[in-house]
Amino acid sequence: MSVTLDIRLKRANKVYHEGEAVTGVIVLVCKEPLQHHGISLSMEGLVNLQLSSKSVGVFEAFYNSVKPIQLISSNIEVAKAGKIPGGKTEIPFEFPLQTKGNKVLYETYHGVFVNIQYTLRCDMKRSLLAKDLSRNCEFIVHCQPQKAKVAPTPVNFTITPDTLQNIRERSALPKFLIRGHLDATNCVISQPLTGELVVENSDVPIKSIELQLVRVETCGCAEGYARDATEIQNIQIAEGDICHGLSIPIYMVFPRLFTCPTLETTNFKVEFEVNIVIVLHDDHLITENFPLKLCRV
Amino acid sequence: MSHSASTGDLGRKRREKEEEAVGPDFEPWSSKRGEILARFTTTEKLSINLFMGSDKGKAPSPGSSAVSEKVRTRLEELDDLEEGSQRELLNLSQQDYANRIEELNQSLKEAWASDQKVKALKIVIQCSKLLSDTSVIQFYPSKFVLITDILDTFGQLVYDRIWTMCSDPRPLPDSFTVEDVNDTAKETCLNWFFKIASIRELLPRLYVEAAILKCNRFLNKSGIQETLPRLTAMIRGIGDPLVAAYARAYLCRVGMEVAPHLKDSLNRNFFDLLGTFRQISGESVRNQLVLQRVEVPEYLTLYSPAISWILQCIAYRAPEPLLTEMMERCKKLGNNALLLNSVMRAFRPEFVAIRATDFIGMIKDCDEAGFPKHLLFGSLGRSLACADPPESERLTILNEAWKVVTKVRSPQDYINCAEIWVEFTCRHFTKREVNTVLADIIKHMTPDRAFEDAYPQLQSVIRKILTYFHDFSILFSMERFLPFLDMFQKDSVRVEVCRSIMEVFIKHQVELTRDPVILNAMLHICKTMHDSVNALTLEDEKRSLALLIIGFIRMVSFGRDFEQQLSFCVEARATFCNLEPVLVQLIHTVNQLAMETRRVMGGNHSRKTAAFVRACAAYSFITIPSLSSIFSRLSLYLLSGQVALANQCLSQADAFLKAAVSILPEVPRSISVEGKLRSSESFLLDFINNFLATLLVVPDHPEHGVLYLVRGLLNMVQDYTWEDNSDAKVRVYISALPLLAAMSQETYLYSVPKVDSNETLYGGDPKFLSEINKLCETLIGQILDHLKALGRDEQSTRRQGAVAFSLFGVLLAHGDLRNNKLSQLAVNLWNLSHKHGYCETRISVRTLESIKQQAQQPNMTHLSDTVQRLTLQSRT
Repeated sequence: MSVTLDIRLKRANKVYHEGEAVTGVIVLVCKEPLQHHGISLSMEGLVNLQLSSKSVGVFEAFYNSVKPIQLISSNIEVAKAGKIPGGKTEIPFEFPLQTKGNKVLYETYHGVFVNIQYTLRCDMKRSLLAKDLSRNCEFIVHCQPQKAKVAPTPVNFTITPDTLQNIRERSALPKFLIRGHLDATNCVISQPLTGELVVENSDVPIKSIELQLVRVETCGCAEGYARDATEIQNIQIAEGDICHGLSIPIYMVFPRLFTCPTLETTNFKVEFEVNIVIVLHDDHLITENFPLKLCRV
Repeated sequence: MSHSASTGDLGRKRREKEEEAVGPDFEPWSSKRGEILARFTTTEKLSINLFMGSDKGKAPSPGSSAVSEKVRTRLEELDDLEEGSQRELLNLSQQDYANRIEELNQSLKEAWASDQKVKALKIVIQCSKLLSDTSVIQFYPSKFVLITDILDTFGQLVYDRIWTMCSDPRPLPDSFTVEDVNDTAKETCLNWFFKIASIRELLPRLYVEAAILKCNRFLNKSGIQETLPRLTAMIRGIGDPLVAAYARAYLCRVGMEVAPHLKDSLNRNFFDLLGTFRQISGESVRNQLVLQRVEVPEYLTLYSPAISWILQCIAYRAPEPLLTEMMERCKKLGNNALLLNSVMRAFRPEFVAIRATDFIGMIKDCDEAGFPKHLLFGSLGRSLACADPPESERLTILNEAWKVVTKVRSPQDYINCAEIWVEFTCRHFTKREVNTVLADIIKHMTPDRAFEDAYPQLQSVIRKILTYFHDFSILFSMERFLPFLDMFQKDSVRVEVCRSIMEVFIKHQVELTRDPVILNAMLHICKTMHDSVNALTLEDEKRSLALLIIGFIRMVSFGRDFEQQLSFCVEARATFCNLEPVLVQLIHTVNQLAMETRRVMGGNHSRKTAAFVRACAAYSFITIPSLSSIFSRLSLYLLSGQVALANQCLSQADAFLKAAVSILPEVPRSISVEGKLRSSESFLLDFINNFLATLLVVPDHPEHGVLYLVRGLLNMVQDYTWEDNSDAKVRVYISALPLLAAMSQETYLYSVPKVDSNETLYGGDPKFLSEINKLCETLIGQILDHLKALGRDEQSTRRQGAVAFSLFGVLLAHGDLRNNKLSQLAVNLWNLSHKHGYCETRISVRTLESIKQQAQQPNMTHLSDTVQRLTLQSRT
């Protein structure tokens, strides 16, 4: 006897905000009438923190701090023990997305060391002979838009051999001059990062110019912390020996789930940076780093 | 995926409708495709590197939660196919390469159909990556064509898929707006855009987003409008100028298809292209060319499809000022030849034509390096061939252009360019200029027999001249026209050219001509065609050549100068002796000539004209035997005999008719008609009946006996080996009876003016009449014998009935039924024909009625007695 259990959210994009109601239906499809011992639905929001391998050992003592942080949790009974008729049965549900006390609903974020995730879980208890059924469904929480207006402030940059740090032999560097600007470093997450870049001149032909989006995740507490920067994505904006003196657009869409508004709490931080990486034909790698502040409006 | 298949048709229809928005005057990409594929080929080995590489440069993913892991791997899959699937295909020939790409196209469709959307996307990404590879650069334009086919497929698949998602409960209208699209469809669409935005490499990200540009319609109104400029700007990041130019061409192509009204980004693309033009002569490109051993001129031509396409998009229904602006920009760039070439090819010919002088100036100012000038003049010539420059400038234009063209060294380059300019010359100038051009072409193409490699172009020159010069006296008075023809030395080409000239001549020469220039030239051309006929020539070929030559002969007329005409025919007979239809035509012409002479003389020949018509008869008489077709000979003998008779050439007429009779036994039992073997009997019967009718007016030869020709004919009929079981012989006898009856009249039914027929010669001499009676008796006896013989065989009773009935008919019409014996014979025949009931009752009834009617006339009362004795057999 086959039965399928599914949770369908009303919103196609599964995005909800604090204070709204998460609505949808539980869909049960079975050929014959089905006996069960009760169906329940639970909602949970968790922050999972993870220590990077290089940090483990040094910060083993902070085991407590990597315990998941619960943001929201509630449970309702959808149906008491009984029988479900054969065919397709839809049971509507509605959960208010409301926190208890002074807790804040952080925005959904899938990272490496920090994960903020909201799930709906539907359980159907059954008799001893049949296995219990359960179904998970992730939904996405977006923060309430910020009240304050963000005024975009363009950031200009100029990259020459002289502006670089962290180099071994400055004299071995070829000459180049790259100018440009980012339209803003405090970015609206739903809008792309934009700007322009001009290779004014370069002795060695350019091989590639890339935008590297980096997440900086910090886990820790008063005793100490672990801070790790990892790449989210790398977008090439120029390939080959591009025309000198011609401006090239800088354009990057912030990927959903993998980015969230910049977050700073007592236990963890999620920040973002963008690197402009210029690869020269002789494989010289020039990187210019820009911290970003993401927000939602 | 079933629904995508079912909407395939709908999708196509939609596509067609949207393309209409561009209008039929826009030459679509599909027509350029084949041309590019055929033009940009290579014999070098190609490689496809589907780099589904290893996991390098990826962030290590420590065990995070299950869900995020899944999402992550999905995202990573966009860049890499599963590990180990990396493959590099080396040493592919061009065809192999095209096949591989087609395979990828198929696996894209399969992946899509089996719901493997991520795999489909991966294939598309990998394919567009191939476009950044410029090794074997000569093949790049073709590669672009092949790969963008895949992108088009993908774009259509995605669009159709999302469209289907919205088609519940009813399909979206073509003019749908964002409000009509449901959330799920929007989310799916958005997902595609997010996925594509995270593609690492620039070129795939650009191409794939361009491929699904149309899907922006599902998300918001201004999506396409905002995306196009962004993608246009994005192309600036492509370092290789060739790759960038083609990326622009693709973007323009998609833009034209989806939103033809958004002209700005088309222009933007073009200006960016101009902005990066200096790269083409840059160091990176130079190094690459050296490495691949490609010459600069060849490299530059690789750009023309892309640039021409972009310009075509811009120029489509563009206002004049825009085009003028484009031209100004080209000038600013130092009149870059490549650009200029594309401008001339893409812009409306009218636009180019008006500024032809400007263009010539610009071409002159171009630097010679790289792009050869004759190509530029070729492009200019092509525009001028369809649109006219201002009248005052035409001569200068021709002079300027020809100055350059004539200096081209390579005969192939020369003829390619000259061929284009011939059209302009023919269009606007007289034979003098065309003659000069022809002379120049001959001068260039004769050394080293260069013409041998340029037959198609030379033929096209002839074709163009023939389109504009229909007056053949002008055409042939060009001194260089015939020498030009002499360059066609390969037989097949030569004949083809002659044929095309003849076709034009027949179509456009309305008036008869005696112009010696035309006649000489045409005879020369026709002789060339005639001489090409040999034992291996197909019948059809011969027939069509003969038709063309006949067409010429019919156009020749020397007016009243009949002798000249006859001597022309003599000459033509000598020239075209291998083509029988031509000889037949010549005999007809000569016969017509004789009749024409008779008409002019009002039937009274002078000594001179009498001699002339005899000469005509002699011409026919000696020409006819050379024909192989027996029926041609027979009918021409008869016809010429009639003509001779009409011209009072009695002995000639006699000779013709005698000749016809004498070859009768040669008629084969079966002849080939339109390739099928058919019995000749019916043809022969037709001819003999015709012949008999003529014999009425032919006077007997004084030295031979009475009814000499009739007897001769009947003897031949008697001796001829007719088919077994055939009544043909008897039918001839039956049809001879009316002739004999007519001959026995006091005045004949018809006669030839100024020729005394037998009626006058014998004046109703009883001896003559009794000869006729004897002959009739013999014939009737023969017929009755035959009827008897038929009666012996059960199976031939039907034939017996038919023969009997036709004899009855003849007797009724021509016999004197007052004669009791004859009347009895008629009644017997009637009965015989009805004996076996094969007679058609309707005809019998009508015959009876007609006899009854005749019987009411005076002198015919005797018929009523006969009618009494004719009984109708009832069916029962």
